[in-house]
Amino acid sequence: MSVLAHVFEAEGLSTIVLASMKEVAERMKPPRTLYCEFPLGRPLGRPDDVELQLDVLNRALALLDSDEPVFETYPLVVESEETPLSCSIPPRFDAALPPSVDEAQGLRAAYDRSVEARGFTSVGRAIDADTIADALDVLHKWAEGAPWKEAPLPGKNTIAVCHDIRAYYTEAALELATGPPPGGRAVESWFYNETEAGKTMMAARAQLKEQDAPFPFWFYMAPAHR
Amino acid sequence: MTGGDVAMRSQGAQQPVPKFEDPAFTQLDKPISQARVAIVTSAALHRPDQDRFVRGDTGFRELDRNDRDLVLGHWSPNFDHSGFQLDLNVVYPIDRLEELAAQGAIGDVAPRHFAFAGNQPETVSEIRLDSGPKCAKQLLSDAVDVVILTPV
Repeated sequence: MSVLAHVFEAEGLSTIVLASMKEVAERMKPPRTLYCEFPLGRPLGRPDDVELQLDVLNRALALLDSDEPVFETYPLVVESEETPLSCSIPPRFDAALPPSVDEAQGLRAAYDRSVEARGFTSVGRAIDADTIADALDVLHKWAEGAPWKEAPLPGKNTIAVCHDIRAYYTEAALELATGPPPGGRAVESWFYNETEAGKTMMAARAQLKEQDAPFPFWFYMAPAHR
Repeated sequence: MTGGDVAMRSQGAQQPVPKFEDPAFTQLDKPISQARVAIVTSAALHRPDQDRFVRGDTGFRELDRNDRDLVLGHWSPNFDHSGFQLDLNVVYPIDRLEELAAQGAIGDVAPRHFAFAGNQPETVSEIRLDSGPKCAKQLLSDAVDVVILTPV
């Protein structure tokens, strides 16, 4: 962001960066910075909070009054996970299936309702919704110790496939959720701590590491801090 | 509770950053209430019918002022994607910009907005030398005065 600010200013545009990384912005010194300590991925603070979003923009635009570089910090901090996700997980249906495969199939109706309501989906970077269960089946095999080279993953690219599985679960979960909008990373926590798919993904990732699979192949399957 | 964001922010604090000697500063030459404002985001947003962002993508996608059905195509698993799904304005505050224009707080909303894929240290020089200036020219051709840059 700060790179683009410098490039745009040199071309004759006035820019304001809503920075999410304080030290990066301090060192990059874009001409006008409003640093907002909000959940990463939510630079305007909170979804559906019109008042907060407008205030952030108004404070950002006010920086244009300065005739020299300016760095301000937005006075409110929004913590990640300030509101947990309230979403129940479908009960076990077919005990013959790996738990994550059974679970993903149980979430399909909610996922389909979400797609119908929104008109589009973020699933599809490597695999579509019909392939989620098959991909989880392979991740389950990897998690159980199957050599990854002998059990090929549909969609091949582990990062993209894991993205699609998470997107499928996120879209289904937000369709099923009750209560106020979940905070930043609340859906992430729900996925990795409570769902079988999240546990399977982490176990498969650990096995790939164990089997000396290439670093980027497994590392980016999950957020770095996990 | 906020472990992921704390970890990412402290990692960001350690990362090397590109240097800009003698950085430019463009003073807005008119009241904000007469300025045309655009959003440029590094969230790799795109319409479902546009090319997806591939890993290491240094290009940008053009978003029409009226586009609302947008996919967040960023490859990093290290930030929250759910806020955007609930309300795109939390990343791309296009409805808020329309409201500010309707109130007269800004002049008007640019006809086109743009999305890059950010947080890609290895591609910064291409964005700096090639696609960034190219995007600036598109903005200038739309008579944009002010750009609000939103990260993820």
